Amino acid sequence: MRIGDALPEWHVEATPTFVISTALATRDFQDVHHDRDRAVQRGSKDIFINILTTTGLVQRYVTDWAGPEVLVRQVDIRLGAPCFAYDTLKFFGQVIGREERDLTVEVVGRTAHGDHVTGTVRIEVPA
Amino acid sequence: MIDIEEEAARIAGQGGSAPRLARDPVNLPMINNWLEAIGDEHPGYTEVAPPAMVQVWTMAGLRGQRSADDPLGQMMAILDEAGYTSVVATNSDQTYHRYLKVGEHLSVTTSLEDVTGPKRTGLGEGWFVTTRSTWYVGDEPVAEMRFRVLKYTPASKPEPQPGPRQAQAIRPAVNRDTEYFWEGCRQGELRIQRCGGCGLLRHPPGPMCPECGATKPKYLVSAGCGVVYSYVVHHHPQVPGRRTPFVVALVELDEGVRVLGELAGEPAIGLPVEVVFTEVDDELTMPSWRPRADR
Repeated sequence: MRIGDALPEWHVEATPTFVISTALATRDFQDVHHDRDRAVQRGSKDIFINILTTTGLVQRYVTDWAGPEVLVRQVDIRLGAPCFAYDTLKFFGQVIGREERDLTVEVVGRTAHGDHVTGTVRIEVPA
Repeated sequence: MIDIEEEAARIAGQGGSAPRLARDPVNLPMINNWLEAIGDEHPGYTEVAPPAMVQVWTMAGLRGQRSADDPLGQMMAILDEAGYTSVVATNSDQTYHRYLKVGEHLSVTTSLEDVTGPKRTGLGEGWFVTTRSTWYVGDEPVAEMRFRVLKYTPASKPEPQPGPRQAQAIRPAVNRDTEYFWEGCRQGELRIQRCGGCGLLRHPPGPMCPECGATKPKYLVSAGCGVVYSYVVHHHPQVPGRRTPFVVALVELDEGVRVLGELAGEPAIGLPVEVVFTEVDDELTMPSWRPRADR
């Protein structure tokens, strides 16, 4: 794992089932994450993924690549376009920093509407 | 008139909200529900929780209410009153000091860190509100989150411009070096500059051959076929005469040079494309690209 290493591209199909099951598993009961009628009433085109799930996906993307031995120390994300039901969320990543066992990975999650999430994940690799 | 900065200073001055205890201790059933929903097959979460779950433990729940001393709730109420009625989260920065073990019982406290504004944003005028939450096991801080929202007044959508969109299109700068290209477009030819000395093809046009220095360029008429070498999807800023998003593709011609142009349809690297000419008016015809039908 060196600076410049790219993570394999990863696609998440944000089906309604995915949006709803992740919202409930993160104990987020806001209606825009499970009730399309209410989401549309509030000006959205559909239900969309909640922030805690985005954080979880970013973490999973990095640990799927880095392996289960690494420790996740920090997840910093900036939120952009919502990821709606039926969107495909495409993740890209690259190692942008390394100091001994401390790695910084830059992650972008993108839908057809633009960047849903950009951020960095700091991990600690085994000695 | 509400003095937002004064109110923000007052709320920030209250310090952290009273610690709120999680409904449940860190537990395997909730961890497994989370792993299953996220699709995470990480084998290590049998005695510790995924770090990204930290906020899950202290979510208010289905019938949850913000506590009266919650600084984010207080600040939202003040901005609502000031007319900034919409909210969107912009940043979540979580730091995990250590992994949480099954059985540990978390509590959380939140303070107001910063309120800045009014700022003009793409969504409308608003204020950025930043809070800091700290999770504890007993007295030990185990994780922190800096969370930022934009509380804003939705901007009214600009009226769509009347008339044909071509009428307001940006026009190319036509000069002695480029005149042959635009004349070609008017005649339905994609002309590529070719050095009159050494025969090198080059694009975009210029007065001198970078290879041999000759200054007598000629041109070759391209067959107008190529593949997408690279592309961008332009979302922002708005461009006169264009409706965003649109695709600008760098097309590698079969003749070997690369040409920029708008691409109609779904872009992909390596997509076979062909040139199309759109007459804007008597003076100007623009070349652009579309997927090739014969593939």
